[in-house]
Amino acid sequence: MTEYRDAETAPPAAYGDAAPAARSGAPSPVTAADAADAARLVSYGLQPKLLPARDAEYAELIRRHREEPAFARLADAVAAGLGLIVLEVSPRAGMAVAAAEDSVFAVRMGEYSRRAASDAADRFLHGLAHLATATMAFPRPEDLADDGYIGRITVNGIDGFVRQACRRLEERAEEQGENTDPASDAPGLEAAWRVWTRRSATGATKDARRLAGSTTGIVGKAVAFLVDSGFLQRTGDDAGGTFRTTARYQLQVRDMAGSAAMAELLELGVVPVSDGSATLLPPDDTGELDLVAEAGLPFHESDSHRGDGHRGDGHRSHGRESHGRESRHSQEDQHSHS
Amino acid sequence: MSVAPPNVCVVTVTTPYPTTGAPRPAPGPAADEGLARRLKALACTAPLHDLDVRKANLAGEYSVYAMAEVALSAIDMVTLNMDFDTGADPEQIVTRLLPRVAAQSPRRPVEEHERVARWVLENLINVGSVDRGFRAVYGTFGADGAYVRRDYDFKLIEEVPGPGGGVYLRTTDEAVNVLVGALDTDVTSAQIAAEVKLEVLISRGRLADAQLAAEQARYRTVQYAETLRRALEATRRNVRAVDWLRAVPDMIAEALDHVADRYRHENAILTNIRKARDEAEDPEHKRRAAELVDIVKDCIRRHTQLQSRLLEAGPLFRAEQDRQAFASAPARAGLDLYGQLVSPVLPLPVEQASRVTDAFFARGAGFRTPPAVRICDLVDVLLTPPTEREHLGAAMPEPDLVATPADSRFTEEQLESALELLDLPDDAPRRLSGLLADARRRDPELPYLVALLAVHAASPPVGTAYRQGEPRLLFSVDDGEELTDPEFGGADLIVGTARLDTAGMAAARSEIA
Repeated sequence: MTEYRDAETAPPAAYGDAAPAARSGAPSPVTAADAADAARLVSYGLQPKLLPARDAEYAELIRRHREEPAFARLADAVAAGLGLIVLEVSPRAGMAVAAAEDSVFAVRMGEYSRRAASDAADRFLHGLAHLATATMAFPRPEDLADDGYIGRITVNGIDGFVRQACRRLEERAEEQGENTDPASDAPGLEAAWRVWTRRSATGATKDARRLAGSTTGIVGKAVAFLVDSGFLQRTGDDAGGTFRTTARYQLQVRDMAGSAAMAELLELGVVPVSDGSATLLPPDDTGELDLVAEAGLPFHESDSHRGDGHRGDGHRSHGRESHGRESRHSQEDQHSHS
Repeated sequence: MSVAPPNVCVVTVTTPYPTTGAPRPAPGPAADEGLARRLKALACTAPLHDLDVRKANLAGEYSVYAMAEVALSAIDMVTLNMDFDTGADPEQIVTRLLPRVAAQSPRRPVEEHERVARWVLENLINVGSVDRGFRAVYGTFGADGAYVRRDYDFKLIEEVPGPGGGVYLRTTDEAVNVLVGALDTDVTSAQIAAEVKLEVLISRGRLADAQLAAEQARYRTVQYAETLRRALEATRRNVRAVDWLRAVPDMIAEALDHVADRYRHENAILTNIRKARDEAEDPEHKRRAAELVDIVKDCIRRHTQLQSRLLEAGPLFRAEQDRQAFASAPARAGLDLYGQLVSPVLPLPVEQASRVTDAFFARGAGFRTPPAVRICDLVDVLLTPPTEREHLGAAMPEPDLVATPADSRFTEEQLESALELLDLPDDAPRRLSGLLADARRRDPELPYLVALLAVHAASPPVGTAYRQGEPRLLFSVDDGEELTDPEFGGADLIVGTARLDTAGMAAARSEIA
């Protein structure tokens, strides 16, 4: 970028008038060197595993973005031109960008899994694996909202969670005497949970690798992909692989994926009601149980939701919250030292 | 499904009813439902029949093997070897199937037997189908009287992830139903019935029937453990998913009573059968009694396991409740991924649910930077020969070995000499003073070693000798006599050799094991 530093080229008119330089206090035109720096910052953002704390130049550009509105606007414009949506620019997440729908950076289901392109059931399973991974990573609404929260997930935990949810639906259908077996000529009308239940959880293969078509194989693919996206970090091999979330993943789920999926759901006419609290509420018939206040929790799910939540899996450590905060602070500390 | 699992078609053939005035062929939804249930039950057995049909397609002469028999036996073994936490080890199941397969055709090579065992096991899992399960098609009449063909998906043996990344096998409810028809019944009452039957059978000396009853009792025990395992697993995920106010405490109390009860009963039964085994004259009788002892012992082992889990259940619940319910208060409202997305999506038809998961995937999976290759680089890349893989890895440096000086206080010869001195006849123990004097005559260093061994013998390793079944054991006793020796002080120990009852110990060991 140094080669442009001294270039005398005229600044782009669009940015020149609205760029008061924060450093000098006097308005200064945006130079080609600034544009190069802005593009460089975006290119750093395109390397999702790279953190500002690990790279002094990246950290410096992040600082410029936060302190110089003109530079920030320039970098955001470069990102927008490339078909990227800027989610956050901060020392903890770096320049967190997401691909717009028609961007060259967007990942399509057909590229993600060849089977998913041709097979409706596989397509759904891969999508659900991603949704379930996010759900296990941020089980409660406040986990998604709390910037310091770090989720811990395991591959087997995610599969177990979905299976458990499916089993509850199966039991409920049985209680109501419903026949959930789909009509042979309309496989698209099969209830979604059945597709997951039907698929085997794991399977022996000749080369001792995970069976790609099994549900743990599908979840394993999802988390491996998310690791490459800089959304998860592998922490161990227990229970099919353990992972922790990154700040970027939280942003992506909160600001992009969650709302997009919600919009789709609303379009289907399904309106999930929420008051912002966790899904599981005390039952309405608390009075019948003659509970003394604070004597204990009534362990029933609320009728209005009829959804059983599964918050956290067994492998999540007890001290996860405090750990999350600690690591965030340590990251910021590192940054301030650098 | 691009690859349809091998279908086991159970299609009812119904005659279409011509006019509205004619009597309806389906007498009502209840009867229709009963028919559907029976069709499903029938479908569960179909994979077993199918094995015998398809064995003709195998390359080689396999008609001598009764595949359905091997399959039932496999289901049997997986059910019995299913542990509390994991399932049965597939390799172990294959190994245990071998004797039965070999018995069917003893002259064939072992490799073939193993191939048959694996083929049966793989077919019970239905390796090769996408879901690794079976599908049967059956017909029902809908509410409007229209005939609908439906898919019934089921598994017999399923593969589950085990600790350390291994794959384990568990039998499904469907398989257990195929195996023992009446397992849908109430666990407790069935258990009581089996117990009473067992006791009566033993008292009458009908050991063959008693064995069957004992085995059935064990299936029920396994089922009990399975119920608890599921409840605990669900609790670990979410305490409120399980009714810990009434249902689970009741179940735990019931199960604990049951374990206490069973333990008492089974110990009584064990004593009875042991007596029967020892008194039996007929070798066949003796063998059956011995087998029964094994089965009952296994039952007791399973009960102990169940009991320890039951005792852990309460603390586990409290810990999980602390963790889940008293976590920090909400900072601000956010999206409830489970309640607002997963929970509403799962009951939707898969077509609609896919739209939601697709939307989540498209925005939630992250981005990929597309690779851009320059044509000149491409040529280079294509022309570069592949790097040779080093199969053996880097050469190991020759280890630099240095002979360590022998720094033992005593040499091998001295030890041998000392042990020879201490190799006393069991009816003639000796005083330490005499032994020391003898040792001194052989070697001036030797008394130290003898004294050391004698002192060690004051606390002889009885447990080790018992476990290893050693015939004799060196011991030493202090009877208060003072040792008079120029080099050593203390008590003049009596050193002797005790002979151990190896046969008795071996018998006791196997009883305990």
